[in-house]
Parts: sequence; structure tokens; C-alpha cells
Amino acid sequence: MKHTKQTPPAAAVPIMDAEAIRRALRRIAHEIVERNPDLKSVALAGVQSRGVEITRRIAEFIREIGTIDIDMGVIDVAMYRDDVGKRTELPVVRASKLPMPLDGRTLIIVDDVLFTGRTVRAAMDAISSFGRPARIQLAALIDRGHRELPIRADYVGKNLPTAPNEKIRVCLEQTDGEPDAVWIEK
Amino acid sequence: MDREMTNMRWTRKDLLGLRELSAEEINFILETADAFKEVGTREIKKVPALRGKTLVNFFVEPSTRTRTSFELAALRLSADVINISATASSLTKGETLKDTAKNLEALHADILVLRHSSAGAPQFLASRLKSSVINAGDGAHEHPTQALLDLYTIREKRGKIAGLHVVIVGDILFSRVARSNIFGLTKLGARVTLVGPSTLVPREFEKLGVTVSHKIDDVLPDADVVNLLRIQHERQRKEYFPGIDEYIRLFGLTKERAKFLKPDCLIMHPGPINRGVEIDSEIADGAQSVILDQVTNGLAVRMAVLYLCGGIATT
Repeated sequence: MKHTKQTPPAAAVPIMDAEAIRRALRRIAHEIVERNPDLKSVALAGVQSRGVEITRRIAEFIREIGTIDIDMGVIDVAMYRDDVGKRTELPVVRASKLPMPLDGRTLIIVDDVLFTGRTVRAAMDAISSFGRPARIQLAALIDRGHRELPIRADYVGKNLPTAPNEKIRVCLEQTDGEPDAVWIEK
Repeated sequence: MDREMTNMRWTRKDLLGLRELSAEEINFILETADAFKEVGTREIKKVPALRGKTLVNFFVEPSTRTRTSFELAALRLSADVINISATASSLTKGETLKDTAKNLEALHADILVLRHSSAGAPQFLASRLKSSVINAGDGAHEHPTQALLDLYTIREKRGKIAGLHVVIVGDILFSRVARSNIFGLTKLGARVTLVGPSTLVPREFEKLGVTVSHKIDDVLPDADVVNLLRIQHERQRKEYFPGIDEYIRLFGLTKERAKFLKPDCLIMHPGPINRGVEIDSEIADGAQSVILDQVTNGLAVRMAVLYLCGGIATT
């Protein structure tokens, strides 16, 4: 059993502060309201663990803008990953919860960082065992490029060109116990 | 605490017993089982977690419920499953356990679930095979997944394990279920009392950090959980066992005795139950009984164990 600790990076460059994150998520909420005239048919599904907190925040903005309580769910993609048997240590799996009806609706997958696209592929796989949405869309706080699958985001907080070996560190107060921030590590 | 759990990583390929696991590893399995319990409530009760993996259920001792529970757990994880029983295997033709296992590995079996009459058989194979080895009961040694599902059920129904008083009744001496439960419960901070005839519950057990009693009526009123072990007629040795009628009179959970239980005391049994022996029929079907929850939870716990041990890189 190993413990991995989230240590503050040595050579880290700040990319977003709390206010920048707030504005980015508020803009995503606006775009969701604009592009979906029938807001009642929209539901959000956050990917564990930071995607869940981001989902909660977007839903709050949508409540302010569109005066509607949007349905929310949680997806853990661990059971749907394509690298089974290739990792030497496994993180804890959390339950997926999509308690709302999905058939005929627009389901928006929400995650913190969009990178290879493999998590999103796994999330779509997970969704299909709960129901058949009319369409699935994707929202990400950061799109850092380097896709390995034909996947793109519908809503992006910030496009961030990166080198493949760089790391993006997202801190959210509720999930990481530190103030909201996004860093890039060389 | 929640945050700390998330930072842990599972690194074992085998599950041989609870004695060797830390409290946090046990909690890690129980939390993982939460996620897999949810899968059982879906319309589509299958996930691709172990797709392409092959699991061999190798039961050298007869068992139906443990084997089927493992089989269903593996199928829900999309693994391929083959079952080998003692009579059908080459063991009856004189092949050694190691040779049989080597042959299974040559077939690229990724996970070996082993039930064996000899204590230590899973350990023996785990140290020699690349495959994951899961102990499904070895002699009177350990039955880790049974204890894990018992722990899961207690945690689910009572919201915690630490501080609870768990009473285990029956043939403790020859019970692998009892042994695994003792390790798991004490590690998670429960208080354990063992009850049964002095021949089957020797004082020796107190070295494991539990209390031994030979009078069930003294301990029942203070119990938060009563776990009744099955009286194994088929292998019960006469010199140790008082006889069924005497056992019922002294240790059976009868209707009369059940009245002394706390109203929120859980009644558990690893099954299959002998109605009218360890437990009266009405009590087994009563509101305090969680015997069928144990079966449901066994599936979730075994999915978690197979996912963790079978999903890890074994190079």
C-alpha cells in the first residue's frame, strides 16, 4: 500500500487563480444555457474526483443564470479503463451515480483536464450501462491537447498548449484542501 | 479521512488472509466494494474491468455458494471463468498441487481462486505463480472474503465497526471463518467474544486479543453483532462435539435466547444455515437477521477483491 502525497511543485508556473477559475466556469455555464434552449433536458455528469466539484459549481452558476436546478450525477471511470493489468498500483474506486433518467436527454460529461481523451472514452462507456442519452457533450476546465482518440470538448474553460511531459496540477479547495489554482509543472 | 483514503494505492496481487493486511488495506477493499455494490443495482450489471482476463475457480474442497459467488463476481467484471473441482481434476490421478497450478498458468490463467483442505496451500501457490491467487478457504486457516463480507455488512448496517461488540458462536477451533473474522474485526477496532464448548473454543484464543466465554447467556445481552458459525456435521469430530441436542440447549440461538438481544443487534451466519440447530427458523428469517444481505454483499466484496488483485500488473 502506497501513499502519494500532493506536494507543492518545485518548478511550477501558475496558470489560473481562484478568480480565473470562477470566471471560466461561469462562462461554461453561460454557454450551456445558450446552446440548450430546453435546459430541463440537460444533465451533468462529473468525473471523479475534481470533475464532481466542477459539476457542482457549474450547476450553481446555471441556477443563477437559468433559474433551474439541473440534474447531476457522478462517474468513476476506473472500471472502464483500457489499461487493466498494466498498472502496479490501483487507486480507490468510487461508486458511479446517475440517478436521473438518461434516455432522450443531453448529458454533459464534466472533468478538470482534457488530455488524451481516454478518460472521456471510458466515461462514455460507463454512461451506456446506465441508459441511452440523446446526445453526450463534454466540458473541461482545461484542454491541454495531445489527444490519442477522436474526442473534442464542447465547452472549454481554458485552452492550454503543453508539452507531453509537462504536468497540469489542478487544486480545488473542496477536493484538495488548498486554495483554487491551476499550475503547470515542467 | 476521506481524503487520505483517496491517496492510498493497492499493490497486492494476492489475497491470502486478513492477518497480513493492515487496517487501511481492509478499509480500502470495503470502500472499493461500495463502488461494485452499485454496479449490482444497474440495469446492465456488468463492467469491462477484467475483460480479457481468465479466472480459474479451483475448488479442491466442495463448495457451492463461495464458488458461485466468485463466478458471478468474475462474470460481472467481464472475465472468462472456468471451474475445476477436486473430482474432475487430475489431483485424483496423482498430480501434485503445484503441477496442476503450473498447468493452469500455462493456459494463461490470470487469477486463481483456490479452495483447499490444507492450510497454506494458497500461500504455497502464490509464491510460485505469476497469477493472482485468491484464498477461498484453506483448511482451518483463513477465509478472507467471507470475513470481508461480514465486515462490509456490519459497516453497512451499523455505520462503523470500531467499538462494536461482536460475538462469534460455534466451532471456533476448526473455523477459518472465525479466524479471518478475528483478524479483521480486531484490526478495525471491534471487541470480539468467542463462545462455544470449551473443546472448540479453547482459552488459547485470548492471545489473539479476544475474550473467550463458554456461556452464551452471559454475552448475548451486550452483543452488537452475533455471528453464528455453521455446525459442520460432515466433518465434526465426535471427541470435540457435545452432540446436537446438547449444542442447541447450550449454544443455539433459540427464540427464547433471542429475546435477550439488543433490539439493534445484527444476526449473521455464513451459511448454509442448519435451521433449528445454530439458529431457530423464525430468528433466521426475522428482522434482525442480515443473512441474505451477507450473500448480496459477498458478491460486491469479491468483485472488489478480483478487481484489485486481478487488475494489477504482475510483472
